[in-house]
Amino acid sequence: MALVDVDKWREIFSTLGRHKLRTGLTAFGVFWGIFMLTVLLGAGKGFQNGVIDGFPRARNTIFVWSQGATQIPYEGLPTGRFMQFTPEDVEAIRKEIPTVAFVRGQNSVGVWGGSGSYVVRKSKSGTFGVSGGFAGVEDINSMRVIDGRSINALDEQQRRKVALIGQRVRDQLFAPGENVIGQDITISGIAFTVVGVYRSTQDGNQQQEEERLYLPNDTLRKTFNQPGIGSFVILPKEGVQAKATEDEIKALLARRKKVSPDDKGVFGSFNMQEQFEKVGGLLTGINIFSWVVAIGTIFAGAVGVGNIMLIVVKERTREIGLRKALGATPGSIVWMIMQESVFITAMAGYLGLALGTFLIEGIAKLLNASGGGGRFFTNPQVDFSTALVALAVLVVSGVLASLMPAAKAAAVNPIVALQDE
Amino acid sequence: MITLHDIHKYYRTGDQPLHVLKGVDLHIREGELVAIMGSSGSGKSTLLNILGVLDSFDRGTYTLAGQAIGNLSETDSARLRNRLLGFVFQSFNLLPFKNAAENVALPLYYQGVGRKERNYRAEKFLDMVGLSDRKTFMPNQLSGGQKQRVAIARALVAGPKVILADEPTGALDSKTTQEIMALLKEIHSRGNTLIIVTHEQDVANQTERQIILKDGMVATSHTQPQAA
Repeated sequence: MALVDVDKWREIFSTLGRHKLRTGLTAFGVFWGIFMLTVLLGAGKGFQNGVIDGFPRARNTIFVWSQGATQIPYEGLPTGRFMQFTPEDVEAIRKEIPTVAFVRGQNSVGVWGGSGSYVVRKSKSGTFGVSGGFAGVEDINSMRVIDGRSINALDEQQRRKVALIGQRVRDQLFAPGENVIGQDITISGIAFTVVGVYRSTQDGNQQQEEERLYLPNDTLRKTFNQPGIGSFVILPKEGVQAKATEDEIKALLARRKKVSPDDKGVFGSFNMQEQFEKVGGLLTGINIFSWVVAIGTIFAGAVGVGNIMLIVVKERTREIGLRKALGATPGSIVWMIMQESVFITAMAGYLGLALGTFLIEGIAKLLNASGGGGRFFTNPQVDFSTALVALAVLVVSGVLASLMPAAKAAAVNPIVALQDE
Repeated sequence: MITLHDIHKYYRTGDQPLHVLKGVDLHIREGELVAIMGSSGSGKSTLLNILGVLDSFDRGTYTLAGQAIGNLSETDSARLRNRLLGFVFQSFNLLPFKNAAENVALPLYYQGVGRKERNYRAEKFLDMVGLSDRKTFMPNQLSGGQKQRVAIARALVAGPKVILADEPTGALDSKTTQEIMALLKEIHSRGNTLIIVTHEQDVANQTERQIILKDGMVATSHTQPQAA
């Protein structure tokens, strides 16, 4: 039997059209389910985009720093020693830990405590934190270069006096609309050239992050007379678990500095991968929750459709009996009921999908118009695969909704057609 | 055309099975016009259901157009009804949302006949029953007699071997009854086998043979020379 059967579709429209309110209310259940699914998943995607945007592009960075005095005597050395890192430690990490892809020392002024550095541009000035930078710093921190460029390898090698400044630094030192790139500023009395401006994408700490300047780390050390290294920034090789590399580095540093392996408070560390995986788990949880809620709602709608189809079958018992007497097979009766059920769910669901997508797209446009959305919510969207899955859920729910009514219809005894009304 | 031998039918209601047909023997020749009569509870409806392959029987043999009717599946029964049998009902049983031609074409739909061919054949049979000007009328726009003519056209359209008419004039006035009987006799005169179940003696008298059921058995079966 052909799917595009004019008589069949006329019958379906005729049956549904005779009970417009009933059909409409039934269809609303499915419509609402798909609408909810679309909006929940779209909003979930917006939340995911917002949270992931807050992460730096490199999601497995390891930071290691010296954080406390030794508390366990080790190899004849007393307790109470503070560790000072050196450029040789950077080299040791690079050479001795095979899983390390990238390592840099990082120093700072007025970032982790103390006062910032006094920065002057003509008649304007301010006090800002200064961090050591390196090629790729914009990938390791939650930041986007919005003007000019980042610090590059040549800046590092030649210890150039260049600065990548936060946009709040720019706003304080420069007039609105003024060209910043190539302009000189003085940091603690030494002239630097601005090569780029960045904005922070970090959640919750954006303002403070943008009140900072990045200088090539060795330039910073020289400028501020810091012979040692404050902390390490490390990227493990692809496919390597950051946690394993983090432990290896701390073990290496413990050996080099003669710190007991059991003295846990001496070296502080943090790896982004753990944070990212935690947030990823949360996002997956939210996604699953959205599907469960929405599919539950769709199935509730499908139960409504199934209920109405049962009533329809009851009402049409005589008609079904007649059709069977005239030669309709049970299979053709099942197909007839299924088509009606799937038609209601597909139409209602399609409308829900379209309206849900329309709403999400509208919100996305509004957010974009107002500057890219809130801190935790960016660019909500319903992707194509989600729409396809929603469509599959629709058809499946339509089929499931029709199973019992179709079975009832197929079981109608054709003798009822012979009985007097 | 139809041979029933020692047909028994039981209905299981409560503890005791109800023995409705108690060994019916019946032979209906091809092209015969017969009436089946009987009082209420005689087994008339049960016999009609079995003849129409709408119900099964518990014992005996039934041969329809040379085909043994045994324990058929529902699908096979449906196909067999569609191919070999045409039904005319007391209450017409037209689908209210289909016009006259679409109602007539319904058995062809279940044969998988294409839309154009269905329409052509339906219109041909509506012409035959004298409703060429009512093809697009909906059932509620037709009189009782016209509805029954549509139903007769529907019974004929798929070219069945046997037409089973269950009280075909039961819902009609006497004038229309005569018109419908005239139409049925005309159809019979073209070589169709017709079985009419009726309780109206006037109708039965117009058939070639009256089969009277009593207590689940064929009581009498006699030919009526005046109708033949």
